[in-house]
Amino acid sequence: MTEELIIAGFGGQGVLSMGKILAYSGIMEDKEVTWFPSYGPEMRGGTANVTVIISDTRISSPIVKHFDTAIILNQQSMDKFEKAVKPGGTLLYDPNGVIHPPTRTDINIYKVEATRTAVEMGNPKVFNMIVFGSYLSVRPILTLDNVEKGLEKSLPERYHKTIPLNLEAIKKGQEIVETVLEV
Amino acid sequence: MAEYKLMKGNEVLAEAAIRCGCDGYFGYPITPQSEVMETLMARQPWTETGMVVLQAESEVAAINMVYGAAGSGKKVMTSSSSPGISLMSEGISYIAGAELPCLIVNVQRGGPGLGTIQPSQADYFQTVKGGGHGDYRLIVLAPSSVQEMNDFVGLGFELAFKYRNPAMILTDGALGQMMEKVKLSDYQPRWTKEEIEEKWGSWATTGKTATRKKNIVTSLEMDPGRMEQNNIRFQKKFSEIEENEVRYEAIQCDDAEYILVAFGTSSRVCQKSVELARAKGLKVGLLRPITLYPFPKKAIKELARKVKGFLSVEMSAGQMVEDIKLAVYEAGSTVRVNHFGRMGGIIPTPEEVVEALEEKFSWELSYGVKRSY
Repeated sequence: MTEELIIAGFGGQGVLSMGKILAYSGIMEDKEVTWFPSYGPEMRGGTANVTVIISDTRISSPIVKHFDTAIILNQQSMDKFEKAVKPGGTLLYDPNGVIHPPTRTDINIYKVEATRTAVEMGNPKVFNMIVFGSYLSVRPILTLDNVEKGLEKSLPERYHKTIPLNLEAIKKGQEIVETVLEV
Repeated sequence: MAEYKLMKGNEVLAEAAIRCGCDGYFGYPITPQSEVMETLMARQPWTETGMVVLQAESEVAAINMVYGAAGSGKKVMTSSSSPGISLMSEGISYIAGAELPCLIVNVQRGGPGLGTIQPSQADYFQTVKGGGHGDYRLIVLAPSSVQEMNDFVGLGFELAFKYRNPAMILTDGALGQMMEKVKLSDYQPRWTKEEIEEKWGSWATTGKTATRKKNIVTSLEMDPGRMEQNNIRFQKKFSEIEENEVRYEAIQCDDAEYILVAFGTSSRVCQKSVELARAKGLKVGLLRPITLYPFPKKAIKELARKVKGFLSVEMSAGQMVEDIKLAVYEAGSTVRVNHFGRMGGIIPTPEEVVEALEEKFSWELSYGVKRSY
């Protein structure tokens, strides 16, 4: 199993930390992992993206042209990465901030109202964990047990009290994800 | 199960330094390697192992602090990125000339000049052919994973002390910023004063006792006859390094007709290119130099006698390709050595590498080995 994934959105949406929690959860599942961020001018106030690769075997290139899965959280990223999903791959997006929904017909498309749900849950910061939950629902490559361990490892101790809230958001994301298209 | 952590390459360099018993780090911040000193400062190793971490006023000051501390037999290091390494080059030459061990890390970014903060491999020439003035060499290690960023800190110090010569870890912004699964090395205590005197008392300035001769650390020798003797000694040392310390990894080279040669980040890209090419029926292998100096010349010479071509894949305009050509020439082979690269902070995709291979070797792919140019 090798999952090559890109998470793309605005800086501040928790794109990089979602990738980090995903990668740490992969380690807990005894997988090889690579987390490769965009760094530089774009992360200072513009778009942010991170490539995460989770595999049973040694990981080769951190530079990926075609992804198994793209998690897309704004329009700029949709413009850039919808076309980068492998045929038969998966695209998950939050319609909030995406003006032109994806149009491809050869990939699985799911959407999650994560922005709205995070506000409803009373904490906009759990936005990325809702998206993460939806991802785990459509790409069940990791167990929730290992995700919980991944959270423990990637969050500094002083934030460990937020783990139940994060898990709640992940479960919420698993529930509310909607199928747009399955091929 | 071993305790694996998810860490950035830069953070791992810092952690590995503390764990291998490093005595001092002197540096000046520059993207994309600022996390090295950030991590050290946050870890405060001076409270734990007594390791000194100091932000110098410039790269020039930092490398001269390394020079001074190395002269007393301490395990010291610095890190920087391309423009900062250029500033350090004079000091590196002095350290090599004074035959002192130290570890220097270059987390390369795109150049020339201030260039860009994105990853590059365009400092190959600077690193393996000189940088500073005079007939000296650095022992150069090129990690290709975050795990190797950990492993090569200890190895770099080991080789530096073994040969009394500066060692460099040549990496780039991608490996510095990337997080991967890593198993950190176990803690080693720093050498005590007695241990340093015992191991390196023949040259280190540890404080002269009544019984031993004066140790003088200098790269200056006004008598050209003696200076030539110094150089002859250095060259003998470099021959020994070339004989004993070559390290490389060969991936699917046994039945390969075409060999990609790549180090560091571009070697990771090429691992996937090998898979893609093989899926298309092309017999492609990857030779990954781990030591850039000493260069794995012998491995290339052996391959040159049986393959149809080499493609050097570098994030530069083509620098290592010259060393491959030299090795192929020495093997008496006429197979072509081509180069493919992206510059200025762009990393090639695995697909691009395969396309370049097919395009540059279209003659060989149609007709076989070219016997003359």
